[in-house]
Amino acid sequence: MRYQLIGVNHRSAPLEVRERLAIPESRLSDTCRDLAAYPGIEEGMVISTCNRVEVVTHTTNGAADLRGFLREHFDLTAEELDAHLYEFREKDAVRHIFRVASSLDSMVVGEAQILGQVKEAYATARALGTVRAQLDQLFTRAFAVAKRVRSETAVGSSSVSIASVAVELAKKIFGTLQGKSVFIVGAGKMSELAARHLMAHGCASIFVSNRTYERAVGLAHKFNGQAVRFDDLYSICDRADIVITSTGSPHAIFRREHGEQFLARRKNRPMFFVDIAVPRDVAPEMAKLDGIFTYDLDDLQQAITSHVADRGKEAELAEAIIASEVERFEARLQTLDVVPTIVSLQDHLETIRQAEIDRVRGRMGPLTPEQEMAVEALTRGIINKVMHTPVTTLKTAAREAEATTVIEVVRRLFNLQDKEKGPASQAGNVEPSNKDASDKGARSRR
Amino acid sequence: MPLLWLRFALACYFIGLIYAFFALTRTSDLFSRIALHAASLGMVFHFVSLVELFLSGHVVWASVHNGESLLAFFSMTFFMIIYAIYQTTSPGVVVFPIVFFLTFIAAVDEQPVLLTAFVQHKGWLIAHIILIFTGYAALVLSFGASLLYLLQESRLKAKKPSSLISFLPALEVIDQIGYRSLLLGFPFMTLGLITGSVVAMSTYGHVDFTDPKILLSLLMWAVYMVMVVTRWNSGWRGRRAAVLATFAFVAAIVAWAANYFSTIHRFAAS
Repeated sequence: MRYQLIGVNHRSAPLEVRERLAIPESRLSDTCRDLAAYPGIEEGMVISTCNRVEVVTHTTNGAADLRGFLREHFDLTAEELDAHLYEFREKDAVRHIFRVASSLDSMVVGEAQILGQVKEAYATARALGTVRAQLDQLFTRAFAVAKRVRSETAVGSSSVSIASVAVELAKKIFGTLQGKSVFIVGAGKMSELAARHLMAHGCASIFVSNRTYERAVGLAHKFNGQAVRFDDLYSICDRADIVITSTGSPHAIFRREHGEQFLARRKNRPMFFVDIAVPRDVAPEMAKLDGIFTYDLDDLQQAITSHVADRGKEAELAEAIIASEVERFEARLQTLDVVPTIVSLQDHLETIRQAEIDRVRGRMGPLTPEQEMAVEALTRGIINKVMHTPVTTLKTAAREAEATTVIEVVRRLFNLQDKEKGPASQAGNVEPSNKDASDKGARSRR
Repeated sequence: MPLLWLRFALACYFIGLIYAFFALTRTSDLFSRIALHAASLGMVFHFVSLVELFLSGHVVWASVHNGESLLAFFSMTFFMIIYAIYQTTSPGVVVFPIVFFLTFIAAVDEQPVLLTAFVQHKGWLIAHIILIFTGYAALVLSFGASLLYLLQESRLKAKKPSSLISFLPALEVIDQIGYRSLLLGFPFMTLGLITGSVVAMSTYGHVDFTDPKILLSLLMWAVYMVMVVTRWNSGWRGRRAAVLATFAFVAAIVAWAANYFSTIHRFAAS
């Protein structure tokens, strides 16, 4: 097990850093290829969502320079990057992947999108061939764990994402959303999702505005809505009850004076601004107006926290599942680890047996079939008896932490390490790197 | 004796009162159901006491305390109507304490303070009382709603995580409750004042506009009208609406208290 993972998420890094590391879908394949080609990396894949960028690898020696890869790939300096990174190895990496896939590491714990995003990243890397046996078994297990967490705990039951929190808040303001209209300013993925949620809860009409008018038309078409030129934004905006804004504008587009205009034209009916842009699209003074409610990303996250608190118990349960699954996964990997040793032990003894029989034959001349059978049975019996204890010991040890030590002892006792690139040389490496990794994992978690 | 039933009603409303304090801090479906049932039962007792009072045959309607009892009953009726429409007991936070207070005063002692002036048109007087009290009850509801609106608005603005799990109904629902009570109450209040002046005219031959009761009633009506008009025209709600509603409510209380100072609208024979 030489898994190694590095990344940033919504807790470790501010949005500006995440933005710089975010990998657009179109460039994901290139990044995966670059990663797989980087020194020391056997398999690799990249997960990039709006809240996280993670590089997951299986390395040749458990200590690849993943920070170096990130610096090189994103052309960033160590100062810009290092403070925001977390790095996990071995067991910690496995746990982290399990937690991510189960949505326990999400901004909105229990939201379902992340699993889909991880699956997509996995499919992309698999298709490229940068994910093979090792990462494959890790992620296959991770998906199973996610499924288990979802079905055995209530973590995902009141699944809330930014979008559904926006819907709930809108309901707290408007009661029913029947007949309300939504304005999407800046056609992005998040706002599209939020709009989809709102429409699903009964919002009647939708306006879409974008600096590139064609994109607005495209998105409006999806929702049977109306595209609005960016210049007409302020004249149409008051017709919307809920405004979801996510433009890349460097300064606020909605300022207090706009809010006052809107309210006057709306006869003071309330308006709800969901500002998922960074930097914010809605000026903070807007919130001071009676009847205008603005929630930016941080506010939404705060609102979400209450749900998380509600689900604290469930999350605990989920963490317990994850912990036991990590143990199981490790045990399975170690069982796999002892198999080559058992096989080479068998091979080794079989070679000795054959050599000895040949020597006997050379000394005594051809044997009768009866004698052949007797010798065969005798030698096999002895070998099986000799093998019994080491094999059972190996199999038992496989389930415990000492597996690697036992493997090493058995290999030394039977002199199994002379094979070229044999597992014995690996086994020698596994232990120190294990230790090293858990140290580092612990450090990066702090 | 009507007071007995009224006291039963009072006990039931007391549960509502506890609910009102409880609901401010936390939300419990079970408790709001209990409060609702208690309040309904209280209304039954209350109704019995009112019927008994009516059957006793006097124009005891015009005693201050009976008036308070009637107002409490009307307020509860409004509360129940709102519950039927919006399925929310949260206006109870404001309504229950007011109703309890009114019923409490009415139930403490028998107080046969009768309208001293001989009244020629009893029908008009009864119409006046019912109309005015319906108007008052609507005003109480509207006032309660505007307070709840402020509370909910500040919760949403504070962006506290609790804003999602607050016991209050949605802002627009509160707004509608307030607005509809206001609209509904206005004609009652207006007609109540008109019938009142008819009674006054027939009794005294003129309406004395310098009388504090009449002045304050007119002031209250004016504030009421301003509220309706501003809502209608510019959709005033939130803080400004709450200020107006508070003003109207205070005017109503003062107008009510003016019974004790008025020379023509007196209950007690002094």
